[in-house]
Amino acid sequence: MSLLHLAIISPFLLGILVPIMYKLLRRIHAGWFVLPLPIFLFIYFLSYIPITSNQQTVIKSIAWIPTLGIDFTVKVDGLGLLFALLITGIGSLVVLYSIYYLSKDKEQLNTFYVYLLLFMGAMLGVVLSDNLIVLYTFWELTSFSSFLLIGYWYDREKSRYGAQKSMLITVFGGLSMLGGIILLYLMTGTFSISEIIQQSNGILTNPLFIPAMLCILLGAFTKSAQFPFHIWLPDAMEAPTPVSAYLHSATMVKAGLYLVARMSPIFAENGLWVWLVAGFGIVTLFWGSFSAVKQTDLKGILAFSTVSQLGMIMSLLGIGGAALHFDSINDSYFSVATVAAVFHLINHATFKGSLFMVAGIVDHETGTRDIRKLGGLMHFMPITFTIAIIGTFSMAGLPPFNGFLSKEMFFTAMVRVLEIGFFNLETWGVLFPVIAWVASIFTFVYSMILVFKTFTGKFQPEKLAKKPHEAPIGMLISPIILACLVIIIGFFPNLLSNTIIAPAVAAIMPNFKVDVHISFWHGFTTELFMTLGVIVLGVLLYKTFPKWRKVYKLFPEKFSLNRLYNSILDVSQRASRTITNRYLTGFSRTYLLYLFAFFIIILSTTLFVKDAFIIKTNNVSSIHISEAILALVISIGAISIIFAKSRLTSIILLGAVGYTVSIFFVLFRAPDLALTQLAIETISVALFLLCFYHLPKLKKREERMRFRITNAVISVGVGAIVTMIALSAHSNKLFDSIAQYYVDNTYEKAAGKNMVNVILVDFRGFDTMFEITVLAIAALGIFGMIKLRLEGGKKNENQ
Amino acid sequence: MEILMAFVIGILFMCATYLMLSKSLLRIIVGTGLLSHGAHLLILTMGSLKRGAVPLLGENASSYTDPIPQALILTAIVISFGVTAFFLVLAYRAYQELGTDNMDKMRGNKGND
Repeated sequence: MSLLHLAIISPFLLGILVPIMYKLLRRIHAGWFVLPLPIFLFIYFLSYIPITSNQQTVIKSIAWIPTLGIDFTVKVDGLGLLFALLITGIGSLVVLYSIYYLSKDKEQLNTFYVYLLLFMGAMLGVVLSDNLIVLYTFWELTSFSSFLLIGYWYDREKSRYGAQKSMLITVFGGLSMLGGIILLYLMTGTFSISEIIQQSNGILTNPLFIPAMLCILLGAFTKSAQFPFHIWLPDAMEAPTPVSAYLHSATMVKAGLYLVARMSPIFAENGLWVWLVAGFGIVTLFWGSFSAVKQTDLKGILAFSTVSQLGMIMSLLGIGGAALHFDSINDSYFSVATVAAVFHLINHATFKGSLFMVAGIVDHETGTRDIRKLGGLMHFMPITFTIAIIGTFSMAGLPPFNGFLSKEMFFTAMVRVLEIGFFNLETWGVLFPVIAWVASIFTFVYSMILVFKTFTGKFQPEKLAKKPHEAPIGMLISPIILACLVIIIGFFPNLLSNTIIAPAVAAIMPNFKVDVHISFWHGFTTELFMTLGVIVLGVLLYKTFPKWRKVYKLFPEKFSLNRLYNSILDVSQRASRTITNRYLTGFSRTYLLYLFAFFIIILSTTLFVKDAFIIKTNNVSSIHISEAILALVISIGAISIIFAKSRLTSIILLGAVGYTVSIFFVLFRAPDLALTQLAIETISVALFLLCFYHLPKLKKREERMRFRITNAVISVGVGAIVTMIALSAHSNKLFDSIAQYYVDNTYEKAAGKNMVNVILVDFRGFDTMFEITVLAIAALGIFGMIKLRLEGGKKNENQ
Repeated sequence: MEILMAFVIGILFMCATYLMLSKSLLRIIVGTGLLSHGAHLLILTMGSLKRGAVPLLGENASSYTDPIPQALILTAIVISFGVTAFFLVLAYRAYQELGTDNMDKMRGNKGND
């Protein structure tokens, strides 16, 4: 095991220790035990930067299930490292923030940090695994730990609803991803991502290629909250705010983006991939930003904003994939989109993390997150206000913050879509920059709402639960650090370009030489005018927001996706209950009907499909008149049982059938059978009469069986099938009996003359032994039923 | 003969099925009795009928009927007897405890009244 493996596993190990330390040292906030680990891991991962910036990768492997080709292989390249740094870096800040956010006395901190560490380890595993099965394992662990964290306040109805929803949607996607992984394995014979990438040219025309792509994309889209699977994210806001900041803005929701980026070298040579990823991304971008404007909850706005920004990164990754599709065109033409995606990934993690923390502070200090109750907090919380300004302006894409840079690059990439020449993108492609531009206007509007409705305007103390004041300094450290990063990256973007962004882009697009240089000033280009347009229109729309608010009423709640999700759940539950109640009636007759009907259908279909029904008469023995009469007697006997009015008659008729059977045994030369049958039939009839005698008096009213047409059809069918199978089987005898051996050896080897008896006790004595066992068990069972009832039954009656 | 027997067996199975689909517990047990008769005769018939002497070596015949199906049937008769006996006593106990032999009324604790 290498240090890298240890780094991934260390959060799990610490997770075991946290509850112990929590119980031993109750006076110290449990977060302090956790905090050193992500900091240490962050520093450890920083040490890989020199390696990856030289385009080197580190691969370490230990065997897990070698016979299935599943090894715990860890690979650090630019992309993995970028995510690992995000996870550990923001993880440290979130842990620090949570120490001040969560109360030591009121909350169950041990479970919180165990879940958080579980998540951190799982996420590191996702981004650093090179083996797809290991990746999937960690992927499901992130879903699972996210479920636990969303339902952290499990006594709240909404938390449980949100947790269940996110679990159902992400696990649905996860399972589909597993299907995609297996399809990839079928095509390439390996689970290793690097090896699959090497084979990617060979599988382009494989018929499994497109299904594999769709399955993997479904997994990525559900995890990254792409339209229409974004609905779990707003409900996941019931989690504690540090969790929302960490999982639902900076890390877990980017696992889908990671997957798309990681898989791009495999799939992006197919145009469908580019089209799907970019298309879903741009729709999500628009829908997220459009929906964010109408939210009144701070975290609700941030959730939809996250959805929208994830869509933006997704669409950039899709367009970046076009570079892989056109090998011949100038390399850096479409790859600017990939650079923008990676850059915005980092930027989004910084500003969105800080904004969630700001929302948490506002909630913590005022007792509400509703923007209709908030306002005028600027004077009470100047530091928080400053952070919020930086975060939202960066989110809106204003200079001089980092969001401006990535938005410019985003526009550049979108304008270049016009030149992608497949799937009619040269005509439909014009929608991309237009939608992107409109979505950016909405982004601007909700950003302004977020900051100005909260911090400026009229202060409404009567609506607030607490008297607002500035947050404690410990709570402010993390958002301050993030806000500083926003500014630093904004002013010095090239600090990151060669160290982190270039290696990550190189990992997404292995065969390209991409020159990453992010400049502030492009000159008077289309992008600049687009940004100016966004600002002008955005300000206008923000000022007139109360007037056009009504637009949102055009989309009634009835048609919302949540409504659809709820009704799907509801309908499937109700349908399964109805169906189950319909066929599980509780009457044994119904179940017997199913069994017999199935018996008839299966056997008759087989008989006729296989053309197996034949009658041959060359193999049959002659009919003597006495036998024909017996056959008539037994048939009449059996049929008249059905029509017997009294039960006594039916028992006597059954006896008659039994005795006829024994006469058949006599005629067919089976003396032992005839003897046994006679004896046993006598005892059985006696037993039947015993039962009959003990019938309750009230129920002794004798009645004929009621005729039911279904019963009649089914029983005629069963009889007919048995007859047909008996006839066909007899006509199809393929080889002779092995009886000759017994005839020859009964006396020679077993010293007996009665062949049947010798078979029973000598050749096949085991059958007889267990038949004796059956009788013994039946006898004991009967004894038990009669004897044991007295005590138990009386006790029950006394109660 | 085998063809005639196949029809006899079919009739036995038909009656057995019809009885097993009825409401009365006693009739269901009568049905299982008929079903085992049908099955035993089926085994015998499938082993071919009347080909030679009774399977006793003392007969000194040139050919004997097949002894294997007979041994199988003997085992089957005893087992079905054991099961039927158990089932009958179970039915008898059910009468005593529940006061009904109507299968439709034997549905958990609620349906007893």
